[in-house]
Amino acid sequence: MIQFERFVLANGLRVLVHEDKSTPMAVVNVLYDVGARDEDPAKTGFAHLFEHLMFGGSINIPVYDEPLQQAGGENNAYTTNDLTNYYCQLPAENIETAFWLESDRMLSLAFSKKSLEVQRKVVCEEFKEHYINKPYGDVWHKMRTLAYTTHPYRWMTIGASLSHVEEATLEDVKAFFFKHYTPCNAILVVAGNITTDQIKALAEKWFAPIPAGEKYDRNLPVEPRQTESRSMEVTANVPLDALYKCWHIYPRTDMRYYVADLITEILSGGGSSRLFQKLVKEQQLFSNIECYHLGSTDAGLLTIEGKLVKGIKMDAAEKAVNEVLKELIDHGITVRELEKVKNKTESMIAFEDMSVMSRAASLAMYELLGDAELINIELQRYQAVTAQQLQDECRIIFDEHNCNTLYYHSNNN
Amino acid sequence: MHRKKAPVIKDAVEFNLQLKPYEYFELDNGVPVYTIDAGTQEVIQLELVFYAGNWFEKDRSVAAATNFMLKNGTSNRTAFQLNEQFEYYGAYCSRSCFNETAVINLSTLNKHLHELLSMVEDMITDSIFPEEELAIYKQNSKQRLKVSLQKSDFVAARLIDASLYGIHHPYGTYTHAEDIDALQTEQLKTFFNQYYLQGHCVIFVSGKIPAGLQVLLNKHFGNHSMRKPSFAVEPISVQPLTEKRSRVQNDPDGVQGSIRIARPFPNRHHPDFMKAMVLNTLFGGYFGSRLMSNIREDKGYTYGIHSYVQNHLQQSAWMISTEAGKDVIEASIEEIYKEMKLLREELVGEEELSLVRNYLMGTILGDLDGPFQIMGRWKNIVLNQLNSDYFYDTIKTIKTISAEELRELAKTYLVEKEFYELVVV
Repeated sequence: MIQFERFVLANGLRVLVHEDKSTPMAVVNVLYDVGARDEDPAKTGFAHLFEHLMFGGSINIPVYDEPLQQAGGENNAYTTNDLTNYYCQLPAENIETAFWLESDRMLSLAFSKKSLEVQRKVVCEEFKEHYINKPYGDVWHKMRTLAYTTHPYRWMTIGASLSHVEEATLEDVKAFFFKHYTPCNAILVVAGNITTDQIKALAEKWFAPIPAGEKYDRNLPVEPRQTESRSMEVTANVPLDALYKCWHIYPRTDMRYYVADLITEILSGGGSSRLFQKLVKEQQLFSNIECYHLGSTDAGLLTIEGKLVKGIKMDAAEKAVNEVLKELIDHGITVRELEKVKNKTESMIAFEDMSVMSRAASLAMYELLGDAELINIELQRYQAVTAQQLQDECRIIFDEHNCNTLYYHSNNN
Repeated sequence: MHRKKAPVIKDAVEFNLQLKPYEYFELDNGVPVYTIDAGTQEVIQLELVFYAGNWFEKDRSVAAATNFMLKNGTSNRTAFQLNEQFEYYGAYCSRSCFNETAVINLSTLNKHLHELLSMVEDMITDSIFPEEELAIYKQNSKQRLKVSLQKSDFVAARLIDASLYGIHHPYGTYTHAEDIDALQTEQLKTFFNQYYLQGHCVIFVSGKIPAGLQVLLNKHFGNHSMRKPSFAVEPISVQPLTEKRSRVQNDPDGVQGSIRIARPFPNRHHPDFMKAMVLNTLFGGYFGSRLMSNIREDKGYTYGIHSYVQNHLQQSAWMISTEAGKDVIEASIEEIYKEMKLLREELVGEEELSLVRNYLMGTILGDLDGPFQIMGRWKNIVLNQLNSDYFYDTIKTIKTISAEELRELAKTYLVEKEFYELVVV
């Protein structure tokens, strides 16, 4: 059970406090309710580029990192298709330094031209390092455009193209900041060796004076239900053929999300999972195969991806995957399999909750989803899933009309 | 309210950092056990460290294959059964092979520890290395290697180690597809017998330590023939390359170069080691480092650049590592040498030095958060055979090292001509 207090400042900033006296540290986590899905289709990659600019100096403080490091702190941030999260950890005695830094960059950035110029280049190198200079690096770029026709999950967080990042202007940066980086679009979580009273006082002092800004009204195009299967073929300079299949699943707050999550565990949550045992060990069609989803807020994708054993034909490999799925649809799962994936979920949550930083990030994420208390009822939701539900959902999800397939061929076969 | 003025801070160097001491006992067969009882969650981590790394193999890749295959079948359990039972209890049982050591790591909720230990016992005393499992391992390892070999960072990591230590040294050797092809179950069985069954082992346990742990561990591991290690290995001499500069073309479509610049460096017993850790932080060891500030934050040549001293027991290397755009490779290298020169010639300012001290103290404080992390520190001390005051000596060095000492160190070690310089595109 994770205890926390919650209060809201007059400007709309939601604040959560989680006390943990067993650590000498404190974590300050600021989540902004903006991600790549909120971008203009002609200016993708912006939310992530913006995250870099948040370290380029704020209105009153020329650099972010140095004062934090001087206080014995460390920090980082990440952007997803749904949200942008900034977190720092520092000795609890020095927590006010984090309030000073975070509140100033919520108040306003310095909007330095030099910072924009440099970070555009840095992000381009990040783009190259992760998505161009690696075999199969462009898979998700292709898969997203195949699986989504309308919803902005069509593009990756890093951006649809290098040129979008290269063309970003200071005007774009300012507009983005004042639209999204406001107290009413943010969640502050403070965790560790602190007290709620202390945090209330600090939040009033540093964050309450920031103007509320306008609440961003998210109104994203809805992805229409997919009614026929889609596929794409690619041939590239990669060593092995690979197969990728995606099916649309449910939004994060839908109860069926938990069922879909357990389906991925049944299929590939370890050495005893179905896909691995059948296709890597018994039939030896794949040298590795995985099933996962990205936990996105809006309806996401359940993915199966695998690299084929040299000499195995793509259609044979695909047929074998479909047979594993058919068996699941026709015969369901055993009691022991269900217990296994639930036990695994329980222990995964326990290990995650060991770190105060991870607890703080989870609280922010659940608050964003609508209720931080979800952190304490997630496990029950997983435990309530029945074998019958699981089988029923497999039938619905793995319907071939709901399927997107990418055949990634090696050119050196 | 003064938003331009930083709040008063307690200097991190004033923090009183403590490394929680371990408990120690030996099993009936002499195997040493170190434990740390801490944490709030009902979880436990057990690490069995064997002296079974690639230091001991006669043929390449045998140590890694043996370690991997520990989970692929025993007299009583198939690979599937082993996996299924670990996963049924929500436990993680991983194995990793390093140079001197090879490790089996079990992480689990406390309530299942008892059931799981008998499986770990089975793995390390009764593995049978089935032919068909080895065949699958060989096929899949070769495929994985093939994919990795297309990545410039993977190739660069192999080649720089080969330059520093020579391809016949355990730190410099690397896997070829032919080595994997040549693996035979008999080799693995022999290696297993000598280095696990009759091998040298030390155990580290951290988390919520249950009552009766000693009895429990004795029951599963105390009456087998493995023994207490001497914590030393037979030395093997390095054969570094004489040519220090190389440029390798690996992927014709590559858009970045993997730059690795490295020089030999002594191990943790050397009197300069702790001081060099401070110099390294300043140079390229944290986000605010000289290399990051210049090459990423000023020039935008790379997404990241880091320097570090390799975590080796016998001897080591000081390494600078980055992936830079193809058109700025040479410019990046030039800046790296410029930063070395600056450190040799100019004293670091008081403000920057204080920043580095505070940053290091803060990260150590944060890093001691949790039983697994505390044990990680002790494991390092035990396996390196360092004095138990090592942790406190490190803190003292961070607090007291002077700008003059740092410049002297830079003059000794950050010397351009001593560095191997490799770029893989």
